[in-house]
Amino acid sequence: METKSIMIVGVGGQGTLLSSRLLGAVLTAKGYDVKVSEVHGMSQRGGSVVTYVKYGDEVYSPIIEKGEADYILSFEQLEAARWLPFLKKGGKLIVNTQQIDPMPVVIGAAEYPQGVIEAIGATGADITSIDALSLAVEAGSSKAVNVVLIGVLASKTDIAYDTWVDAVKATVPAKFLELNLKAFDLGYNYK
Amino acid sequence: MAKELRIGNDAVARGLYEGGVRVVSSYPGTPSTEITEFISTYDDVYSEWAPNEKVAAEVALGAAIAGARAFCGMKHVGLNVASEPVFTGSYTGVNAGWVIAVADDPGMHSSQNEQDSRHYAKAAKVMMLEPSDSAECLEFAKKGFELSEQFDCPVILRLTTRVAHSRSLVEIGDRNDIGVKEYVKNPQKYVMMPAMARGRHVVVEQRLLDQAEWAESCELNRVEMNDTKIGVITSGVCYQYAKEALGKNASYLKLGCVYPMPIDIIRDFAAKCDKVYVLEELDPFIEEHCKANGIDVIGKEAFTVQGEYSQSLIAKVILGKETEAISTDLEIPGRPPVLCAGCPHRGLFYALKKQNVTVSGDIGCYTLGALAPLGMIDTCICMGASVSALHGRNKANPENEKKSVAVIGDSTFIHSGVTGLIDIAYNASNSTVIILDNSITGMTGHQQNPTTGKTIKGDPATAVNLEALAKAVGIDRVRVVDPYNLKETEAAIKEELAVEEPSVIISRRPCTLLKYVKHEKPLKVNADKCRGCKACMKIGCPAISFRDKKAVIDFTQCIGCGVCEQLCAFGAIEKGE
Ligand SMILES: Cc1ncc(C[n+]2csc(CCOP(=O)(O)OP(=O)(O)O)c2C)c(N)n1
Ligand code: SF4
Ligand code: SF4
Repeated sequence: METKSIMIVGVGGQGTLLSSRLLGAVLTAKGYDVKVSEVHGMSQRGGSVVTYVKYGDEVYSPIIEKGEADYILSFEQLEAARWLPFLKKGGKLIVNTQQIDPMPVVIGAAEYPQGVIEAIGATGADITSIDALSLAVEAGSSKAVNVVLIGVLASKTDIAYDTWVDAVKATVPAKFLELNLKAFDLGYNYK
Repeated sequence: MAKELRIGNDAVARGLYEGGVRVVSSYPGTPSTEITEFISTYDDVYSEWAPNEKVAAEVALGAAIAGARAFCGMKHVGLNVASEPVFTGSYTGVNAGWVIAVADDPGMHSSQNEQDSRHYAKAAKVMMLEPSDSAECLEFAKKGFELSEQFDCPVILRLTTRVAHSRSLVEIGDRNDIGVKEYVKNPQKYVMMPAMARGRHVVVEQRLLDQAEWAESCELNRVEMNDTKIGVITSGVCYQYAKEALGKNASYLKLGCVYPMPIDIIRDFAAKCDKVYVLEELDPFIEEHCKANGIDVIGKEAFTVQGEYSQSLIAKVILGKETEAISTDLEIPGRPPVLCAGCPHRGLFYALKKQNVTVSGDIGCYTLGALAPLGMIDTCICMGASVSALHGRNKANPENEKKSVAVIGDSTFIHSGVTGLIDIAYNASNSTVIILDNSITGMTGHQQNPTTGKTIKGDPATAVNLEALAKAVGIDRVRVVDPYNLKETEAAIKEELAVEEPSVIISRRPCTLLKYVKHEKPLKVNADKCRGCKACMKIGCPAISFRDKKAVIDFTQCIGCGVCEQLCAFGAIEKGE
């Protein structure tokens, strides 16, 4: 099998690292060769963050370059637009519609662009946009945005539902399991 | 055995563990920190956070000489600090093995420079191994102890960010604990004064020759012959990039040992290929070795000494292939990192801004105070430099004393700020030093340090008393402020700048991300009272934004620190319920 590439992008502190860990667990369970590349440190303080996940028979480079991602999972609108050039032709983009103003916008040195989702749609990219924050709150915590989004991604892959659920069970602490399973389902069943 | 997905640093920790490490001392630094954090989870290994990298390396070398396999880990610039014991440790050699991990950061994801640690191996004449994925991280770390003992030499394991922070599959093995070897007194070997050191230098030079010969046939350096039109000499993560870009269309010589380097196998390999590229990030280290030996290779003339390599860079340069990319025509503002909502450093910087002072800065979360809208750091050089550079500034022109301060974090102060403070006291400058004591080493992901009262394992420990320390070195004016209280903080800064003697202000409040810190209810903006003056936005709290001409506070981020509330002249920022 050819190597597949998934990018998870967002804002430092949004919990993107948990999603990549979850994905890693699912893909290892399926017996793939897997590489996950994260960036720790400085950018975790509210900067633009990106995680690369790659799987297949044999994966070499741990990073994803422009035009290579089969899926991009974006935790925030602006980040989706920023990383769009990494999407492969025919790749799928899943975007949480949440908007988080970057500091240049907060201080009035720049503007948060209007119509981000439409602009991305206009490039012909296959985009699914979802208000994952509301669904996370519905599941019981605003922190579960990451699991909602993983649920959406899961519904677009050919990996079985149960494999995902097992990985959620293995990755999140027991006391938050019920909440996270609910969050996963809300994402998985999102149309 | 089933394979596990592990981050490179975790795999290094596992390799050290399996290799029988007994004593570990490190100072945190991205991207090396997690090695030691993972080691601290093994109960049968002694581990600690040292005050700085020099101490860490000396602890490790001391343990190795005493007969225990030992380790210290650091980021690339940490090796500058630790270089002293490493250079002379190369002469003393070891008794039990000593492995040093150093993590370079091409692309400077979290660093102040882009130095290439391989030069240290050459300069200190010590062996250096470079893994290219987590499996090799484990294998090379383990092998490091054997090689260190075989050649009686420190062994450096060089990582880069993409290896240290990528997860890939590893196979776990058993621990080989060799116990503590006997220590035999041997001044000729361990007392490095001129007469003995001259003898040891002879040993070191012979050792390099032996290692270079070993490098010709060791299994860490390997050749993969495919199509011979393109030959690639590479090491570390560049090997992975090359394999992805070129696959079977190229042949490879992968160096697992980057110092000392073999020459015969390189010559042999190059002779079999039509065109040979050296693929290595940062400096032309392998390339210069090839060229110095008359081997015709293409290196930096086609690539770059700056930033990271990638599969697409290699495909573009070697194959002339480019991947198509789509994009919108939106103007996308950047998203630089920021101090967290409720960060205790914010109030301090705001108070400094009101005083309009020059700030001699240092390295930590608080370096983010350099960015807009605070913009309150004038210099940032290396750890500890804030304090000593302020002293220099004040000696350059005593008028600066009344309008300049140094800011330094608790961990950084202990690392190498206290020596600068001793200089201020001893050589008398009226400097004002502000220690931002947030009770943790924040920037690198929250490690304990000598001021926090806890060990690496979270057990109670003796805590350095910063007030008493400052007094003990000769600073009489030492005071503590709460940076959440803007008035008090501002007043203290004003007073200490005015007095004719050196002073230390300790700005004390724990980092909001610490588990034991209780957050207040989020504040909210009363839209009827808000006049849209944006006074509250001058502190750059990421929880505050501006919508429809009014400030709004994001309840998911606000921790109710109350700093913005003190800026609003209209009482529009209210306690949430
Ligand atoms: C020589 C060296 N070692 C390690 C580092 C990595 N590093 C950057 S900041 C920092 C410490 C930050 O802690 P502290 O001074 O307490 O400030 P905080 O981040 O908590 O605000 C470290 C270890 C470095 N930059 N240079
Ligand atoms: S981690 Fe702590 S010290 Fe660092 S920016 Fe956040 S609150 Fe401030
Ligand atoms: S109280 Fe104000 S300054 Fe503090 S975290 Fe909340 S919004 Fe930010």
